[in-house]
Amino acid sequence: MSESLRNDGRIWVPKRKGDTRAPGEIPVDERDYFLERKYPAFGNLVPRDVASRNAKAVCDEGRGVGPSGYGVYLDFRSALQRLGRAVIDERYGNLFEMYADITGEDPYTAPMRIYPASHYTMGGLWVDYNLMSTVPGLYVIGEANFSDHGANRLGASALMQGLADGYFILPNTIGDYLATTQFEKIETTHAAFRSVEAEVAANTRRLLEIQGTRSVDSFHRELGKLVWEHCGMGRTAEGLKQALAKIPELREQYWKDVRVLGDGDEFNQSLEKAGRVGDFFELAELMCRDALERNESCGGHFREECQTPEGEALRNDAEYSYVSAWEFRGAGNAPALNKEPLEFEYVHPSQRSYK
Amino acid sequence: MNLILHVWRQKNADAPGRMVRYEARDINPHMSFLEMLDVVNQGLIDKGEEPIAYDHDCHEGICGMCGFMINGVAHGPERGTTVCQLHMRHFKDGDELYLEPWRSRAFPVIKDLAVDRSAFDRIIAAGGYISVRTGNAPEAGSILVPKEKAELSMDAAACIGCGACVAMCPNGSAALFTGAKISHLGLLPQGQPERDRRAIAMVVQMTKEGFGHCTNVGECEAVCPKRIKIEVIARMHRDYLRAALVGD
Repeated sequence: MSESLRNDGRIWVPKRKGDTRAPGEIPVDERDYFLERKYPAFGNLVPRDVASRNAKAVCDEGRGVGPSGYGVYLDFRSALQRLGRAVIDERYGNLFEMYADITGEDPYTAPMRIYPASHYTMGGLWVDYNLMSTVPGLYVIGEANFSDHGANRLGASALMQGLADGYFILPNTIGDYLATTQFEKIETTHAAFRSVEAEVAANTRRLLEIQGTRSVDSFHRELGKLVWEHCGMGRTAEGLKQALAKIPELREQYWKDVRVLGDGDEFNQSLEKAGRVGDFFELAELMCRDALERNESCGGHFREECQTPEGEALRNDAEYSYVSAWEFRGAGNAPALNKEPLEFEYVHPSQRSYK
Repeated sequence: MNLILHVWRQKNADAPGRMVRYEARDINPHMSFLEMLDVVNQGLIDKGEEPIAYDHDCHEGICGMCGFMINGVAHGPERGTTVCQLHMRHFKDGDELYLEPWRSRAFPVIKDLAVDRSAFDRIIAAGGYISVRTGNAPEAGSILVPKEKAELSMDAAACIGCGACVAMCPNGSAALFTGAKISHLGLLPQGQPERDRRAIAMVVQMTKEGFGHCTNVGECEAVCPKRIKIEVIARMHRDYLRAALVGD
């Protein structure tokens, strides 16, 4: 569900472990509005990393709701009483409808059940100030680049970055590049084209010829679960090291045992997916490597070793005030870390507090 | 729950297609229709058969990629829903379902349930844009938009371009889609400079692509996952007529 729902919804779980009563039967004094309790100043509007971690924590304690125990209530009862159904409809009607479609439950009468899920990857491709990547003439715009969001994401950042890059930056920078660059006509007989074409064809053939036993989806799920467990809402050096040992093993298995049916000459969704999942191994490994190298907690990157006595993210700006720009040095080779120092002139990073 | 599926299988645009019977077993009623298809596909891959091709992307009902006919109805039996948001609890154990791709001359089959909807892109390219100075932020209060107009425009902008309207229309008309796009921009002050040109260009492109004409059947509105109203078609006709008579 969209994060915007937290504007009017209140998040809670039962105070008692294993309380299986229907939400409406749990009296208010037996509910734990844990975000409001822990962060009275911000309540349900704490940033998503804080809200997610706390939701995970209460579920890990055994107070999660729903059949799986992986859920917390997002309750609109008081907002509905305060504002009326018409106002809630106008603000969130489409989301309420979506929730009803997915769950078969009516969020106007029973609270929604939500749980954090991975949504986007933070960071992105390195670009310069004009949004050009390390490949001359290749611009990376919107969320695919790393420029506007770092260790945390905020609501609607996808829209924000699409607009900022497309509306304000590119009209000035890409035009300048096109106007000041000489372009020779490149034919498909060009050596560079030929070599990339051969590479793509070889990769396609390789995937089709493996003819293993496991579907692309099964590898995708296994990889996703690994990253979710070790490089998710809470990370430890030990867990990340485990993931870094397991991902290459799984990748090796992938390139030996994946089953991609059909051929490479026409529309083949399994083949397309196989190429992507092949890339996800590189990305997953890089994320774990980066999370292990950054021995501090910062935004959504929460290293369990680095927390304040109250369990909040403990930053270490003296050592980690830089962007980690990892340089790809070919599949199977360790990437090189380039540190881009972050310089703050007016507003300085500080320990966050939402109390 | 267990279901019987009859799925249109077609290797590519040139190959003949046919319905093939599959069994979907042990389906959890909380699954979406696409998750159910993934289960069937996993079974096919295990048997060494090519999985059923179908388009999908966001699985949130907002991107417009998914869609096919279920028992003759675009996006299936639930109103205001894409197939990715259609859940198996709406079906009964033992149901027999016929899955077919969108059928329209302008949407050639690519493979199985996936069709080529680039005709929609060409309609958008013909006029679905506004000219606006980029590079810096305009003064926020310089263009006033009445609330009712903003709401109507937003309702039209909800169109995700899935193509259900075309697939369900006995004429294969794209009037609901084109009308939604013309309304979305034409209702706003920012859309006025190209309003006449846009109406003509998009309607002309729609006709060129081989879509049929609207005869006010209303099937499009009934299956639209975003509940776009056919009043957008009336607005498209009005804008077209006005542009043809008095436009520049």
